[in-house]
Amino acid sequence: MGERTVIPFGPQHPVLLEPLHLDLVIEDEKVVKAMPSWGFVHRGLEKLAEKRDFIEFPFVAERICGVCSHSHGMAYTQAIEALMSLEIPVRAKYLRTILAEFSRINSHLLWLGLLANALGFESLFMHCWKLREKILDIVEETTGGRVIFGACRVGGVNRDIDAPTLARMSRLFTGMEKGFREIDGVFRKDYTVQKRLQETGALSRADAHLLGAVGPVAKGSGIPCDMRRLGYSVYNELDFQAVVETEGDSYARTSVRIKEIFQSVGLIQQAIAKIPAGEVSMKITGLPPVGEHFEMVEQPRGEAVYYVKGNGTRFLERFRVRNSTFANIPALLKILEGCELSDVPMLILSIDPCISCAER
Amino acid sequence: MAKELIVFIDMEIPEMLTRVEALKLEGYRLMQIHCTRVESGYEINYTFALDLPSQNLRIHIDREQEIPSISGIFPAAFLYENEIHDLFGLNITDMLIDYHGRFYRTSVPAPFGQAKKDTGGGE
Repeated sequence: MGERTVIPFGPQHPVLLEPLHLDLVIEDEKVVKAMPSWGFVHRGLEKLAEKRDFIEFPFVAERICGVCSHSHGMAYTQAIEALMSLEIPVRAKYLRTILAEFSRINSHLLWLGLLANALGFESLFMHCWKLREKILDIVEETTGGRVIFGACRVGGVNRDIDAPTLARMSRLFTGMEKGFREIDGVFRKDYTVQKRLQETGALSRADAHLLGAVGPVAKGSGIPCDMRRLGYSVYNELDFQAVVETEGDSYARTSVRIKEIFQSVGLIQQAIAKIPAGEVSMKITGLPPVGEHFEMVEQPRGEAVYYVKGNGTRFLERFRVRNSTFANIPALLKILEGCELSDVPMLILSIDPCISCAER
Repeated sequence: MAKELIVFIDMEIPEMLTRVEALKLEGYRLMQIHCTRVESGYEINYTFALDLPSQNLRIHIDREQEIPSISGIFPAAFLYENEIHDLFGLNITDMLIDYHGRFYRTSVPAPFGQAKKDTGGGE
């Protein structure tokens, strides 16, 4: 048995764009235990809900994270609408869903690029982000920015997308499919990528369940944990199955994300084919929300749980977000146990951590 | 999700611990734990999911009351419990990993545990 040493990892590290600190207890080159530490940039946004009008609060909720901004706005507005028993226009639900799936493709391509970069595969990294640019272009054209802010409002969406643009959004993927297939082929068949990802960071189905893993981390371990199955927004009208892999390693988690890109393309095309004409928002009348509600949504990185509690005033009594990164930290600690020190950055990346979401 | 589907079950701490153990045996996973400040003290909500949707257990406590950790049953609970300890200042005992108040670096102790000072809106 070698001597045990504690190595601090982070909060600043080339593979992490955001501050997360881990104390790694290592023996020779193997990690025996990892202890997380954070709170470097905790913003207390949940507390801010007590001082902001609930109608204006999507502005804050969307700023929890830059990549999942639309999903946060969508989850918050859905929670308030459920609390107030509002039935928003169907077209608005379709538009929210279309943008949510664009966000998922954006997030997964971003992550795949970062993974390729961490593996030292620069050309693959650039290829992923080149594809992502086309997604961001259409997002910018339809929402006004590369980061989706201000799309959702309580009672619907702020901006309609006209029929020719929707048709163009659907056709966009015809041209992009070749590119998606190319990166799919490299990630799943390239020897170097396989060597780095296969059998590293394996998480069993039992451990994933016990540790409350969500999103691609749980799906990669064989758990079909996908909140879209609840049928919120218009997911109950779209045909899809949760993407699941069974190996539980980094390769499985990567595979889930690649398959989800194709799944999102299918969902967007289905939604565009089915979207009805009509209003995109409704006027909010009546008293401010009273009571409490949980809303669960499937963000690109996994399940997010929103809790809102209204007291009949314009200010919420309690606003709470449990995002996917927070839920996946115990699974990350398990994944790191027994791994090689050199694999630590890649394994942290494999859960797609978003510290901005966790430090809401 | 329709709000009628979300049910909160109020209980005392001993009953909650028994129920949490039973939920684990039934195959539930811990979804989240969160705390809310209420007029009479605090309420802590434990959410568990088997598949979809979820079960919500709730306990009511005073500020000085000790809350036994459930991290011995669901290991992932240590994150939520440390968060509640740091943000609300509540005393949770026997956590699997106890950060002793250093989980979050807050500029004031227990910022979420303080009474709301104004409801007038704006900063």
